[in-house]
Amino acid sequence: MSSTELPVSRLKPPGSSVNALDWLRRNLFNGWLNSLITVLLGALVIWLLYQVLGWAFTTAVWTPIPTNLQILMTGRYPSEQVWRVQICLALLLLLFGLSAGVWGGILRSIASGLAAGALLLAIMPFTLQTRLVLAGLVLLVGAGFIVGSRSRHHMRRLTIALWFASPAIMVVLLRGFVGVPGLPYVDTGLWGGLLLTILLAVVGIIASFPLGVLLALGRRSKLPVVKGFCVGYIELIRGVPLITVLFMAMIMLPLFLPANVRVDNLIRVLVAITLFSAAYLAENVRGGLQSIPNGQVEAARALGLNVFQTTLLIVLPQALRAVIPALVGQFISLFKDTSLVAIVGLAELLGIADIVIEQPAWLTVPHGVHREVLLFVGLVYWIFCFSFAQISRHLETRLGVGTR
Amino acid sequence: MTAQQASDDIIICRDVHKWYGDFHVLNGITATVRRGEVVVVFGPSGSGKSTFIRTINRLEEHQRGQIIVDGIEMTNDLRNIEAIRRETGMVFQQFNLFPHLTVLQNITLAPMWVRKRTRKEAEATAFQLLERVGIQEQALKYPGQLSGGQQQRVAIARALAMQPRIMLFDEPTSALDPEMIKEVLEVMKDLARSDITLVVVTHEMSFAREVADRMLFFDKGQIVEQGSPEHIFTNPQHDRTKLFLSQIL
Ligand SMILES: Nc1ncnc2c1ncn2[C@@H]1O[C@H](COP(=O)(O)OP(=O)(O)OP(=O)(O)O)[C@@H](O)[C@H]1O
Ligand SMILES: [Mg+2]
Repeated sequence: MSSTELPVSRLKPPGSSVNALDWLRRNLFNGWLNSLITVLLGALVIWLLYQVLGWAFTTAVWTPIPTNLQILMTGRYPSEQVWRVQICLALLLLLFGLSAGVWGGILRSIASGLAAGALLLAIMPFTLQTRLVLAGLVLLVGAGFIVGSRSRHHMRRLTIALWFASPAIMVVLLRGFVGVPGLPYVDTGLWGGLLLTILLAVVGIIASFPLGVLLALGRRSKLPVVKGFCVGYIELIRGVPLITVLFMAMIMLPLFLPANVRVDNLIRVLVAITLFSAAYLAENVRGGLQSIPNGQVEAARALGLNVFQTTLLIVLPQALRAVIPALVGQFISLFKDTSLVAIVGLAELLGIADIVIEQPAWLTVPHGVHREVLLFVGLVYWIFCFSFAQISRHLETRLGVGTR
Repeated sequence: MTAQQASDDIIICRDVHKWYGDFHVLNGITATVRRGEVVVVFGPSGSGKSTFIRTINRLEEHQRGQIIVDGIEMTNDLRNIEAIRRETGMVFQQFNLFPHLTVLQNITLAPMWVRKRTRKEAEATAFQLLERVGIQEQALKYPGQLSGGQQQRVAIARALAMQPRIMLFDEPTSALDPEMIKEVLEVMKDLARSDITLVVVTHEMSFAREVADRMLFFDKGQIVEQGSPEHIFTNPQHDRTKLFLSQIL
């Protein structure tokens, strides 16, 4: 070895070679006080885990969940018609599979997440039929992916068209028609469980999106009337809780409508949720709009783009990109807030949980089954919200939020 | 020298005034620019140079006086304003490229939406322009991936894509590192030799000396002195012009 070799080159950047023991010593056992806290907290965690797991595997009565899985998922939707819900689910998963094949990227992660989730559920101790349906769904995602990636060009248009048509298809399928034998009418009052939760959240966020964007733009308008209306609306809605808006929609709305006009309960709740969510969305979007430097508008106007084009092509795409995290956060809270509709008589996931807990079959269980059922429902909420958050994180990095 | 050239005037400003609140930014600007002319605007900071060239495409509104661009009078009528903006391109100190669009999309956006060109036509023009400003290989990148000098050249290409008769530059090199200033000035010199009319706010005096037909010296919202570079550099008449030149040269 020659003496001219520089010893510096062997220096590794600090922190590059931490082994587990080093890490433990540095983060958990540096000093006697920290060591003491670590030991105490560790003991507490172990004790808690022991208690919870002990309860979950010995005393807990889980049977209410598999026996009521169908009503937890779809509410009082007639059993012999549940295939319609399954077809909707199949359509959705097929669409995700197709999109993953056609566009790849984040959609691919979403589709694989969905397939993995369905596969995981399929190995759970549900009824054989449920498990077969779940396995079928996994296959559908895969099939969609293969078809989509094989003929990207042809499938692109079809996939987009299907996405746009799918809400209508699903509503028609779920609702059916009076007097049509194969597809009998199912009153929306019977839709419930997770189906209703997802429906409320998804329709709520999609419908409130254009409204919220318009409100946000209106709030920046130079016309005092438009601006005044938007500010008034946003501040009014943000000043009252969702539950008030729901009650208004259920109880007050009929007072303003002619006696012979009856609006479906579900639609009333959807309108309430949409109007409510739009106000919050508007505030989020406004934050995004404010983050766009004035030079962007000037450059667009100098090129001859009109106000409308400038907003649609330059301002909004950037503003919305900047607020994706906030929008996802809002969607997550909306997803959880839908549990409030139980109070106005719609049995979404939490409402159904209450019904299940009250079933006479569990009266003999010493402490009741509310712990088990609520834990399950909480887990379902958590899985959905956690997945949304993950997807949003991926989206942010892919769209380069914060990097201009 | 009069009758024939008067019809050749592409920008006419008569007694233009503008106030920001009580502050009189433009105090009676009267100036004409002829077709194909290269006019350099210079003067101390805060003298109203930016405000002046921004009134030419109505990024700023003037409050008194008359501005006529390519025969179209600047009024509050949005159609007139948009007609003028179609004829004038603008390049900003801060580039103001659209960060969510690729270089190619930045350039084709306005031709497609405003001039209703097909994507094919617009892209063909865009590639020609990128070649002209010397960065055709960057077409599919995003502005954030380019150097400042490259971004400013994209901004010039974007403005040129609308085939404007007039190009307005507001200190196009002030935000650039020295080694990038040259590449942008080269592109601008190339433009100066074409028949596009240029109005350039800049303190790059070598550029002015080389390509300007006329120079306007702004101070306190007025044109204090104007003339050929020869006149301005060798024989300035006003003390303020002399003082300012002595400070920057
Ligand atoms: N929106 C505004 N509101 C109030 N005052 C303004 C506004 N914009 C510019 N000004 C003021 O008007 C004056 C002229 O500004 P302008 O930007 O035209 O100057 P400039 O000659 O371009 O200077 P610089 O060389 O610094 O760019 C400055 O004193 C500035 O502070
Ligand atoms: Mg300026």
